[in-house]
Amino acid sequence: MNELRKELENLLAEAIAQIQNSADATQLEQTRVHFLGRRGRVTTILRQLATLAPEDRPTVGALANQVKETIEERVVARRAAFETIPSDEILAEDLIDVTLPGRRPGLGRLHPITQIIRRICGVFVEMGFAVMEGPEVEWDYYNFEALNIPEDHPARDMWDTFWIDPGISDVAKPMLLRTHTSPMQIRIMEQTRPPIRVIVPGKCYRYEAVDASHESQFDQIEGLAVDEQITFADLKGTLHTFARHLFGKDRKVRFRCDYFPFVEPGVDMSIDCFLCRGGGCRLCKESGWLEILGAGMVHPGVLARVGYDPARYSGFAFGLGPARVAMLKYGIEDIRFFHGNDLRFLRQFP
Amino acid sequence: MKVSIKWLAEYVDIAVPAKELAHLLTMSGTEVAGITQRGEGWAGIVVGRVASLRPHPTADSLTLATIEVREDPVTVVTGATNLKVGDKVPYAPVGARLLDVHTGRRAAVGGVRIRGVESWGVVCSEKELGLSDAHEGILILSPEAEIGQPLADVLGDTILDLEITPNRPDCLGVLGLAREVAALTEESLHLPDLTYLEQGPDVREAAQVEILAPDLCLRYGASVIYDVTVGPSPFWLRDRLLTAGVRPINSVVDITNYVMLEYGQPLHAFDYETLLGRRIVVRRPRPGESIRTLDGVVRQLTTEMLVIADAERPVALAGIMGGAETEVTERTRVVLLESANFSPTSIRRGSRTLRLKTEASVRFDKGLPPSLAMLALRRATKMLVELCGGHASRGVLDAYPGRRESITIRLTPGELRRILGIELTLAQMSRALGRLGFECREEGQALLVRSPEHRSDIQIPADLVEEVARLIGYDRIPTTTLAGPLPDHPPQPRRSLTERVRDLLVGCGLQEVISYSLVGHRLLSKIAPGAQDGAPDPLRLANPMTPDHEMLRTSLLPSLLECVVGNLCLDEPGPRLFEIGRVYLPRKGDLPREREMLVIAMAGPGCQRGWSERTVELDFYDLKGVVEELLVRLNLEEPRFCRTASQDVLHPGRALAIEWKGLRLGVMGELHPKVARNFEFRVPVFLAEFDLELLLEACQGDSLRIAPPPRFPAVRRDLALVVEERVAVSELFDLIRQAGGPLLAAVELFDLYHGQGLPPGTKSCGVTVTFRSPERTLIDAEVAEIEARITDLLQKRTGARLRG
Ligand SMILES: [Zn+2]
Repeated sequence: MNELRKELENLLAEAIAQIQNSADATQLEQTRVHFLGRRGRVTTILRQLATLAPEDRPTVGALANQVKETIEERVVARRAAFETIPSDEILAEDLIDVTLPGRRPGLGRLHPITQIIRRICGVFVEMGFAVMEGPEVEWDYYNFEALNIPEDHPARDMWDTFWIDPGISDVAKPMLLRTHTSPMQIRIMEQTRPPIRVIVPGKCYRYEAVDASHESQFDQIEGLAVDEQITFADLKGTLHTFARHLFGKDRKVRFRCDYFPFVEPGVDMSIDCFLCRGGGCRLCKESGWLEILGAGMVHPGVLARVGYDPARYSGFAFGLGPARVAMLKYGIEDIRFFHGNDLRFLRQFP
Repeated sequence: MKVSIKWLAEYVDIAVPAKELAHLLTMSGTEVAGITQRGEGWAGIVVGRVASLRPHPTADSLTLATIEVREDPVTVVTGATNLKVGDKVPYAPVGARLLDVHTGRRAAVGGVRIRGVESWGVVCSEKELGLSDAHEGILILSPEAEIGQPLADVLGDTILDLEITPNRPDCLGVLGLAREVAALTEESLHLPDLTYLEQGPDVREAAQVEILAPDLCLRYGASVIYDVTVGPSPFWLRDRLLTAGVRPINSVVDITNYVMLEYGQPLHAFDYETLLGRRIVVRRPRPGESIRTLDGVVRQLTTEMLVIADAERPVALAGIMGGAETEVTERTRVVLLESANFSPTSIRRGSRTLRLKTEASVRFDKGLPPSLAMLALRRATKMLVELCGGHASRGVLDAYPGRRESITIRLTPGELRRILGIELTLAQMSRALGRLGFECREEGQALLVRSPEHRSDIQIPADLVEEVARLIGYDRIPTTTLAGPLPDHPPQPRRSLTERVRDLLVGCGLQEVISYSLVGHRLLSKIAPGAQDGAPDPLRLANPMTPDHEMLRTSLLPSLLECVVGNLCLDEPGPRLFEIGRVYLPRKGDLPREREMLVIAMAGPGCQRGWSERTVELDFYDLKGVVEELLVRLNLEEPRFCRTASQDVLHPGRALAIEWKGLRLGVMGELHPKVARNFEFRVPVFLAEFDLELLLEACQGDSLRIAPPPRFPAVRRDLALVVEERVAVSELFDLIRQAGGPLLAAVELFDLYHGQGLPPGTKSCGVTVTFRSPERTLIDAEVAEIEARITDLLQKRTGARLRG
């Protein structure tokens, strides 16, 4: 009985091959007759079923029938290939309205801030940076003190702060909503040894009157690279690469001196204005330049505070706002749109 | 800070155009935010001389002024009362453009008849010329101005609007800025002459200074000037104040303001004769003391503040505002001039407690260099002598408890190269620093650098590195790429998961939104009118901006629902949204636990696949499909969906908990009708909420195994099962799997039917069962046998019958 089963399986394989190889309808018909005709090879086996032991009959019978059905299906399918196809002139008359809109599967969209954060992080990841995250509710120590901004420091005015009511948590140390992602510089350096190359996206908060260019909640991306022999020239190179990747390779960048208490020297990076190409317009407030990010060489005091030897290690840090980048890139005039979550706004981002 | 270039040019030769100057300043750290041209739009306006004045024939409040200009004299009508014959004034003929004081826009002067008298143009106020907000009188020009000279030649100027960074309080004055300009343009600096005639008695006879709070007052300088005549300031002085946006008041006040703008150092003038006991005491207030300040407000003092007192009482809030009783008035004859240095700490606290910010407090707040106090004192004393006819005391008082030895910093080319990546010689370094007033001495391969007195911000070599860098220009520093070994980055599974979840949900047709982390009671009360059982109290802000943003959210659902409502109101038919964000769960004695959550909301019509199909109402299973897709794609096989009723937010009959190996990953269901009403929804809303931390935990252990594609064909059988309504389809599936054994490959529901043709209380479930063997082609008989086992078990356990 097993021989019969084997034979059936071989027969099927042979038939399928012949059907596929037949060159025209005549040859195909010959093949069909060869297997399924009155004296065909499958037909012959089906006739032999009666000679089998009664207990074997159902299994082999089912198999033989399946083989027969499969061959029939294949023949029909192959026959279609030899049917004559009407001429192009005739086909051209068989019209559908191809201008009707297609049925789109309807994908959703990422929020523009997510999109821009991904793009920015992507550029830095290619340069060997890792993406990390940190707490939004912070201690005063990480947000200010450790970054060279002690209480009553004049520079504290640069960050208007939301303070947390200590009530529920019952804490003595002042707690706040981080005003920038820079506290992560300290947290990361406290936890790791150089070399460090990280980028930290996240939400930040400022006690600030909300208007077209200020939000009390916004996103920031912090960057930090620390090792032996990292220089200001590396800072320039890294950020220039970033600007070219994000804003186009012909982008001009400008580095000018600026002040942040936790870097020395401090830098502000601008790119040439999209609109006027440097000539001066409303977007760039007549300066020809658009400020993109603040940066600088990590302050030796900050390095010393986390236990790094400032005489041995150096590094750079930077911070930028993805919303501002998106606004400049896409000509968005009001920052409040991003958290307004109006689908008519969000759907414009591909 | 607004600075006139003409004023700046008094201290440094400016050989570059304003735009170039602005560029140099901006690049070196002092950003020029704007450049305005004073005198732009003054075409036609010229200097005129008041030749005669006579009353208007019919209107008492008006005057007819005959103005001498280059051509024939003209008569103008004016309501101003400050004109005198001989005054030089700005005259705007018909057609010249002035600011309309009412609309604030520029408009042309028309020839008008005012009460029957023709006015040929007008004489102008400061406001009309755009110089200040003053409109009470006509601007009186310098007597030296020539008749007929264009006003722009007399008053035209370029004003820079500068942003001074907090580390450079020395640049808060025009002179400090001139120092920067001199360094940047390599021009020399002309400092004001500070010598004056000292004709009065020895200052020590006039007053004594005692500093009882040396921690809060680093330096206190004073001089006494006798025989002062308080009156209007000369034109040039008033004009300078105007360029900086400061209103002229009287000569003494104007001089203190002028010197403040010049040096950045605030000064205060006392009426010497109102001070008791010839003593100046700088001290903390005594309990219960108060002071009436210049603005007339009586202020209670606390012991953390700092006051200037005479022998008996406080006479000024140190560095913030003077007292009313010792104020300089027109009758003042002797002035005691104060030029001091107060610590920012006392100023900040005092200013915060009293809610009082002044020009002076804002400057002290920034930590001024103590050296400025003495320079400004001498400068102002000299001006009082020269402009108010005063006689200065001999010498000045100078109590200086906060004196610090100037530090010497060692800087080597090697350190500079290590930080900047550029090689400079000692000579190049010392040249750059020298331009900024640093004293440099070479010692071997190092530079010993002493900062000028006014640069208290320079403390460490890195500070000097920045000075060198900004002087040679950041653009001269090369551009390199990071060399060095790549750090060994630990994996970031949480971030990978959230990014993957985002992509999957976008693939499911959902739009991502990002809402505010801060919420208010108004929103939360829509979800749970009372306190939620067991829900943690949220963290609150100590200083919220609005009641709608006063707490840190402990759930993302309220914000998302608000977002759904908002979009439904905007005629968005079917918002399908998700948000990934944090909730903030308070902890005792620590920062809150920030948990990343995922919420999904769907509302409105379901799938509408374009023009050919009708819209199908969205329902529970649309959301469940998304959830299933998400879990399957995260390789969380066979999650358990169990009914749950413990949710306040969800419809008790249509809620589901999603579990996976004992972890409760999240919940989903239809929005509770009561909550739906609070939000005024008119369509059903479906929600899901996942804890991404738990989802991450579930995904951690995943071990994906991939089988080769099957070699043998599958056999499919459709079963139409009629069961009682109460039997859950999942129950049928479980039984089918149980009876199906290893050859059962899949069970799917293809149809669900209620109604006609079925016994009441029953439903018909169309189920496709797929069988496959990895080893051989299945034959009908064995499939039929399994099928029978399945139907038997179903019949036995659920009473299911096969439909005929
Ligand atoms: Zn522009």
